[in-house]
Amino acid sequence: MELLKAGMAGTVESGDILVEVEKTGASGVEIALDSTVMGLYGRRIREVIEQTVAECGVSGVKVTASDKGALDCTIRARVKTAILRACDSSDYGWTVK
Amino acid sequence: MHEKQRLRRTMMFIPGNNPGMMRDAHIYGSDSLMFDLEDSVSMAEKDAARMLVYNALKTIDYGTTELVVRINPLDTPYGRADIEAMVCAGAHVLRMPKTERAEDIIECEKVIEEMEIKHGIPVGTTLMMAAIEGALGVINAYAIATASKRLIGIALGAEDFCANMKCQRTLSGAELQLARQTIVLAARAAGIDALDTVYSDVNNEEQLLYEARLIKDLGFDGKSVINPRQIAPVHSVFNPTQKDIDKAKKIVAAIKEAEARGSGVISLNGKMVDKPVVIRAQRVIELALVSGIITKEEVESL
Amino acid sequence: MKNAIGHELSPELMKSLGLELHETAEKKDTATLHERLEHNGKLMPSLEDAIRAAGLKDGMTISFHHHFRDGDYVLNNVVATISKMGYKDITVASSSLSNAHGPLVQYIKDGTVTALQSSGCRGKLADAISKCEVELKKPVIFRSHGGRAAAIANGSLHIDIAFLGVASCDALGNASGTNAEGESMCGSLGYARVDARYADKVVLLTERLAAYPNLPASIPATDVDYVVKVDAIGDSSKISSGATRYTKNPRDLMIAETAAKAIMASGYFKDGFSIQTGSGGAALAVTRFIEGEMGEKGITADFALGGITSQIVKLHEQGLVKKVLDVQGFDGEAARSIRDNANHVEIDGNQYASPFNEGSAIHQLDVVILSALEIDTQFNVNVLTGSDGIIRGAIGGHPDTAACAALTVIVSPLIRGRIPCVVDHVGCLITEGSVCDVLVTDVGIAVNPNRPEVEERLRAAGLNVKTIQQLRDEAYAVVGKPDALEFGDKVVAVVTDPKGKALDVIYNVKA
Repeated sequence: MELLKAGMAGTVESGDILVEVEKTGASGVEIALDSTVMGLYGRRIREVIEQTVAECGVSGVKVTASDKGALDCTIRARVKTAILRACDSSDYGWTVK
Repeated sequence: MHEKQRLRRTMMFIPGNNPGMMRDAHIYGSDSLMFDLEDSVSMAEKDAARMLVYNALKTIDYGTTELVVRINPLDTPYGRADIEAMVCAGAHVLRMPKTERAEDIIECEKVIEEMEIKHGIPVGTTLMMAAIEGALGVINAYAIATASKRLIGIALGAEDFCANMKCQRTLSGAELQLARQTIVLAARAAGIDALDTVYSDVNNEEQLLYEARLIKDLGFDGKSVINPRQIAPVHSVFNPTQKDIDKAKKIVAAIKEAEARGSGVISLNGKMVDKPVVIRAQRVIELALVSGIITKEEVESL
Repeated sequence: MKNAIGHELSPELMKSLGLELHETAEKKDTATLHERLEHNGKLMPSLEDAIRAAGLKDGMTISFHHHFRDGDYVLNNVVATISKMGYKDITVASSSLSNAHGPLVQYIKDGTVTALQSSGCRGKLADAISKCEVELKKPVIFRSHGGRAAAIANGSLHIDIAFLGVASCDALGNASGTNAEGESMCGSLGYARVDARYADKVVLLTERLAAYPNLPASIPATDVDYVVKVDAIGDSSKISSGATRYTKNPRDLMIAETAAKAIMASGYFKDGFSIQTGSGGAALAVTRFIEGEMGEKGITADFALGGITSQIVKLHEQGLVKKVLDVQGFDGEAARSIRDNANHVEIDGNQYASPFNEGSAIHQLDVVILSALEIDTQFNVNVLTGSDGIIRGAIGGHPDTAACAALTVIVSPLIRGRIPCVVDHVGCLITEGSVCDVLVTDVGIAVNPNRPEVEERLRAAGLNVKTIQQLRDEAYAVVGKPDALEFGDKVVAVVTDPKGKALDVIYNVKA
């Protein structure tokens, strides 16, 4: 997939994460994270964001995230939604677990 | 295949784009959880809510709670994607909103089946329920209730129904009386559950109890709730009384005794016990067990 | 030496008894009561005058009470005045510090205040301390309510001047927290009474000068040196905020209901029992779920203790609780009830929770229900530092009551947001696990292995009992196992146990 524009998903409500993705010139994933649980889960949140971006098959992305204690599954959902929106894509990739 | 027949006293509504409520919504003990992709989600957030509920259902352990998802109608741009996502996520039941005719159910079932086949899920795994939210739906209630073997129940959606009927909701519930009775009649004729609408004033427990008693008396199986605080009051209405339980215990003991004798005739105090009485007694015991009024050991020792 | 009627009182006799010879007064005061009240030596025209008269010096320790919780105006007002007057190097020893006390940051920065002692700390001030944004001369000393009262009584916390806001007092200092109407009525002055009794000098601040004698008094005039009338001492509507409010939160209510069931099954729910509900929505709500059973089974409590809420008052007025022992009011109803109900009695911090005297009320406590920010698999509880390591709570009476109650019930959700509350190790040790008997969460109950008889009773009652390790695992299964926090190397606070011995240290967080 190819990022066509900036994409945003999520909210700043408790238990949610507001994610914005945009294209960078460079390759790889750049993450700017702010979290209410930075000390306990900052490392894990970055990991989940990186994984999700990789699963979407995009690179050269900057992810700006403001986390209010979202669970991993919420982070995954918000990052993926933001990327799909940025790519104008409906390639949701539903699979059975 | 998920359990078609089960206790459905309460179905708690969870807005589909609210992750804060999804983490552990099951701990409050509602029999079912209903994740909503429809009315509580704005058009701009349909994709986000769908992705969120999909991930939540695949990840979070909701224990034995029944997981229902209210999808958008097929005549919107979201319906098909909702069905595919929720079939894959393993939702137990898809709730079809604004059902008016049997065809609405049949069309949805086709898409569900298509998605089950596409993703290698045994056909028939995903169950359905239909919300009836208008005059036409009420008139077609029996046709709707019998439109698919996947259906576990039909439910009344009172807000839309009242808008359609050009009336207001009242404290007595007179405006819903015919709709409720039609729905429960259709459900019983079809052998599926009848589920009542929400009561939205969370702070008015008295009126909630009134509505719960009313619909229980009409024969409904349960009621939708919008807040965890509404669960216990509704359960309290559906839970059997100690008198019911004591009577049911005696009947169950008589059944066991008849079985031990190898006799098909169950008698209590010298009188034969009819089949409907036996079924009712067994249901009372089941309810008492689930609601924690009696223990498994107690039942086994009868 | 002869006295007025010619009897000899020899210097040797005086010396041997350590007595001085009586001197006849020049002239007795023949003014009327009302004339005297206008010219007495206690009523000061301004706070500055009272501070000067009380003899404040650089390096002294001043104290405050926290009965107004977030609505307190006195501490900020006094410290601002002291700063303006140029005093330095003051130790502030308040019975607690709240969100209201953010302005202290600037008075620490300007050198007015250089040390703090408190039960807790929150908000901007706590942040600044944890992040080393302000420099104190030594770490903050945190004490429990019982620990503070005992430390004041035994002299290990010496107070030079106590500045105490009171709802009403007369010109001589008979002061009450309840004999007033409106904003300044805070209810019990239990913690303040200890300061009033033991501080070298006591200055009362009031917005309502009452007629003499303002009795019954929480603080007697004989404990008071100066009285100042000020515009406002606090906003009592902010007492009942957050931790002390009547909860409608379904999670709190579910935990409270389960805790009530556990208490009723514990073996301690008997006629004549005693109970305390600590602050926090779930803890305070427990009484709502035992009330019905008390009425039905004819069980009454001999006394309810602690921070008192409208819910305890209601039980008292229904005759379900015989006496209410009130060290601190959590809402307006508690304040009203002290005034109106003869068996709702105001007690001081030592009567409440002295660890050194078996006569303090905590030693007679059957059941206490307490909140926790986190609890570990050894049942150790933290109520002071948050999941980010920053100070954001208060010890309160937690370790005092937990250690003495026959049954200590801790209530906590399993998870707050993404923060697990049942963990491998608490971030700060406030109450030792050995005295915490039962943990009630929203997904099940755990019983301390040192109370097998309680566990057996709860299981027999059909309650959902798990091991605390199971609960931790359930929490981690939802939110993931947390990483260890990283701290700096500076000790910003020391936690003491009720007897005043050091229990734990709090390090600064990395900014």
